[in-house]
Formats: sequence, structure tokens, C-alpha cells
Amino acid sequence: MTLRYGGKLYLSTRSFLAELAFSVYKAIVLSFIVLMTLYPFWNTLVISFNQAVDTTRGGIYFWPRIWTLQNYKSIWVTSNIPNALFISVARAVCSTVLNLFLTTMLAYALSRREFVLRKPFTLIVLLSMYVNAGLFPNYFLLRGLHLNGTFWVYIIPSMISAFNFIVIRTFIKTIPESLFESARIDGTSEFKIFIRFALPLSKPVLATVALFVAVGAWNAWFDTLLYNSAKPELFTLQYQLMALLQQSMNQSKSAADINTAGMAANILASTVTPMSIRSAGTIFATAPILAVYPFLQKYFVVGMNVGSIKE
Amino acid sequence: MSSIAMNKPAGFWKKLSTQRQLLWMSLPIVLYVILFTYVPLAGWTMAFQDFKPAKGFASPWVGLKWFVYLFSDDQFVMVMRNTLAMSLINLVFGFTFAIGLALTLNEVAAKRIKSLAQTISYLPHFLSWVVVAGIVSTMLSSDGVFNIILKALGIIKDPIVWLGQPKAFWWIVGFTNVWKEVGWNTIIYLAAMSTIDPSLYEAAEIDGCGRLARIRNITLPGIKPTIVVLIIMNLGWIMESGFEIQYLLRNGMNADYSQSIDIYVVNYGMRQGNYSLATAGGMFKSVVNIVLLLTANWVSGKLGEEKLV
Repeated sequence: MTLRYGGKLYLSTRSFLAELAFSVYKAIVLSFIVLMTLYPFWNTLVISFNQAVDTTRGGIYFWPRIWTLQNYKSIWVTSNIPNALFISVARAVCSTVLNLFLTTMLAYALSRREFVLRKPFTLIVLLSMYVNAGLFPNYFLLRGLHLNGTFWVYIIPSMISAFNFIVIRTFIKTIPESLFESARIDGTSEFKIFIRFALPLSKPVLATVALFVAVGAWNAWFDTLLYNSAKPELFTLQYQLMALLQQSMNQSKSAADINTAGMAANILASTVTPMSIRSAGTIFATAPILAVYPFLQKYFVVGMNVGSIKE
Repeated sequence: MSSIAMNKPAGFWKKLSTQRQLLWMSLPIVLYVILFTYVPLAGWTMAFQDFKPAKGFASPWVGLKWFVYLFSDDQFVMVMRNTLAMSLINLVFGFTFAIGLALTLNEVAAKRIKSLAQTISYLPHFLSWVVVAGIVSTMLSSDGVFNIILKALGIIKDPIVWLGQPKAFWWIVGFTNVWKEVGWNTIIYLAAMSTIDPSLYEAAEIDGCGRLARIRNITLPGIKPTIVVLIIMNLGWIMESGFEIQYLLRNGMNADYSQSIDIYVVNYGMRQGNYSLATAGGMFKSVVNIVLLLTANWVSGKLGEEKLV
């Protein structure tokens, strides 16, 4: 007895059934993964568009029962969101540009084999991946440099990452040396070679690193809590969302933590609930990543693979 | 001997002066790395002082007082238990789910379906912990979807406030980590699987090996080196149970199970201003990390795997 399934010929019922069972298993696992990943977003999205008091009655799973934009309006109007959005965008852009430029410049200089300080400098940078003095020693350094209470505390401490350095240097090493050599013979300075050749030629790997840096900068919130919690004008979007979240989880937290989010909830207690505000905030903070994700996703797998090739 | 010692610096400076441009491109950045990574290590002296910010490093020295305090503090013992428990759960869950998913994805022949599933499963990796914590607390709330499903299945009768259940906290963190990272963690395994020689599978098929036999005898041995290196390296990070998710999901009810060593450090430092104790806690963690990392690296070398440091 022979059976055909999926363009293949099976010699026995047993092997056909085994293959069929395996296909069913695969379909279940993939559907489960897709559903498990996407449904929580969908549920949050639906709640964010449903009227707040109605949501507390439960049963909002797949579609809003009473549509409203009130949740979004209230976080936009009463909290610091518009300003936080500006701070977050500025942070992501500044961080990404500075990170890429400085890390690539360092990676280029330390990829020159003839450079006499290549080895000690590389060691200093690579070891920084494993050295961490801890929270408060870092805190006092940044305070000593008077970075606390400024926008630059978001940018300056994290301009170089050893991991990104490895990724970019690995890539630069694959660029044919002859390209740089001919420019050098023409008397072009190293900095100009870096700007004119190394930087543009590294575009594919820079796209990946840019994605990582931008996402990291966009998602950070703890440094705001540490250094800028007394400066509402420097709050980032994630920090605002954190405040909303903490407030909705723990109504009796200290006033400092709740900040403007607490005010928002008090003023609008009759029309919005912490849960609705939280959902709207979550969607608000996720939307930019969801919007760029489909376009960038082809880059990061490449980057992961480059990163895994060490040395 | 002496002539070499004399000659080398001379040649070195001569060479360096011709490489001034490279020096200007790298030295400021290297100094920056030294300032922001290595200089703060001087702050470890705080752990041996009664540090008061007003006095700075002129604060009185107290020797090992804070370390003695740390190891006799009941709370610290609890914090260590929580940290290790959550790390271990993350480790076991992280590996089993990622390897399981990678094995399944690897068997999916339809390229478009496979890459769609992959793309979707990577997505949570790019979300902030704040967003993830928001989603988790919505899902787990008393009228959230998780309770509804359990009720529908007849497992529970009344909704449970999961974040108020101390003993559930470790597992919530474990599954949240799986949700966020499982897709992302498959990348490295799938990369390892793609290097396996396809002719091995063809030969096995001709010999009448079924799917499971092929997975067990070809795929798993093929990714074994990757798994071994990753397990060893992750054992080196056993003190890192994560910080953000615990910080964001903790509350008064689950405090005994949610406090990890990082939260302990933050609490003593920020809330009580006891920077000395906080630094001692952080320093203890860093030292254990470095010892574990070097041990892991040494073991990795002994096993004939690539050294990672």
C-alpha cells in the first residue's frame, strides 16, 4: 500500500500516520507561539479603546464593547506624555548617532593591524564588557560629573558598548584592505578614510547596531528614576508608563513615584481607570516599535550571526 | 636583553608618532571607557566605610562591618534564595523552551510560514520591561484572560490575584522571561542547525529513520556544542536573575519572594540612603559573577570548547 502526502510517497500506513501526526504537532506549536505572542497585544489594544468603567465589568477579550478615545485623550492631556515622547525620541536619536559614530571610529582605528596600541586598547574595551562597579559607584561618578538632572545623563554614560564594538570590528575586518591602502597612498588622512570609506561601507552592520542601540535607548527607564526623578520635563515615555503601571498596581505608593500619573488618575477618576490608562500607555509606548519592526527585522538576524562569530 | 629593552620604546614612540591620526581617533574613546567603566571601581571603597555623601570619600573607615552585617541579615539570605531560584527557573525554562521551539521550527519545510512564525516570536524581545510588565499584569488581573481560561477549564472556581500570590511570583517571572525571549533565543540554535550537513539527514532517511530518530541522532548532537557553551556561560550569570521585571511586578503581598539582590541594593541605597551596605551587596554580586565567569570559562576550555573570554 502506498500513500501520497505533501508531495512525498509513503511506503507504509505507519510512516504516513507518523508524518501526519508530526504535521499536526507543528501546526499546533506554531499557532500556539503566534497566538501567545500576539494575543496579549490585541487584548491590551482592545482594552485601551474600550470605555474604562465598562472594562471593569469584564468580558473584553476580542473587540471593544463601547468604543472610546477617552483613555488616550486623558494620558495625552493630563500627564506629561507629549513632552516625554519628545525626550524619548531625542534620546533614541542622539544615542544612536553618537554610538554608531564613536564605536565605528574606534573599531576602524583598532582594526588597523599596524597600530602599535591596538592590543592594549582592544583589551581595555573588551574587558569593559565584564566589569561593572555596580549601581551606586556609577551613580556617584555621574553625580560627580554633574550629569544628574540633565538630558545628557541619558546619552553620555552609554556611548560605547563592547558588544557593538566586536560586531562592527568583525565587519570592518572583512572589508578588503586594498580599498583603504590605495586611499592611504594618495595621502588621505586616516580620519578621512574612516569617513569616506569605512563608515559608508559598514552600512549593513550599522543598520543592525542602530536597531539595537535605538531600541535600548527607547526602552530605558531606570536611569530616569535614578537621576532625573525630580525633573518631570526630562521624563522619558517608558518612565511615564512605569509611573502609570506602579500607580495602577499599588495605589498607596509614595507620591514621588506616582508623580503626574497619580494626578491624572485623580482628576479623571470618574472617566478612566488605572487599567485603561495603563493599556493606553502600553500601546502608546509600543506603537513606534511595532511600526518600524517589519522593516527592520531582516537586519537583526544578520547582526546576531555576526555577533556570534567572536574574534 | 638591555638593548632590546632600550630599543623597543624608541621604536614604539617613533611608530606611534607616525600613527598620530589613529591615536587621536582611539585614545579619547579609550579614556572615556576607562572613566565610565573602570574609575567607578574606586567607589567600592564605600563598602568599607560609613559612607555619607556629604563627607564623600573622607567618610570613616569601618573595615568589614557591612559585609558582616550583610551575611547575618535574614533579609539577605531570603534575597539570595529568591535570586538563585529565579535564575535557575530562568535557566531551565530558557533552555528547554528555546531548544524545543528551535527543533520544531527547524522541521518546518514551508519557508514563508517558518519565517513568519520566527518574525512574530522575536517581537517581544524588542519591548521594554515596562511594557511587558503592563501586559503581564493585565493578563493576570482578577478579571484578566488567564483567570478566565482557568475558570473555563474548571481548574479554579474563583479568580485568583496572581501577583498577590507570593509563591506564584518566581514562576510568573520565569514564564514572562520565556514569553519575551524564547523566539529570540532560538536564533542561535537555528544558526547551529543550519550548519549540519544535509547529507546526514538524507542518509538517515534512506536507512528508514523517522523524524524523531533523525532529531535525536542528528540534530541534537549537531547543536550539542552550542548548548554546552551556552549552559556553561549562563551558569556564570547565575547571580543575575533580572532586575526590571521584579522591580515592576513586585508589591507588598509578594515582597518575600520578589526581592532579588538588585532590588535589595536599590532599596538600601535609594530608600534608606545606606550606600555602604548597597555597595557591599553589589560588590559581593560582582565578585561572585567574575569568579563564576572565570570558572565557567576554564571549564569550557577543559571540555575542549571555545574559550569565551
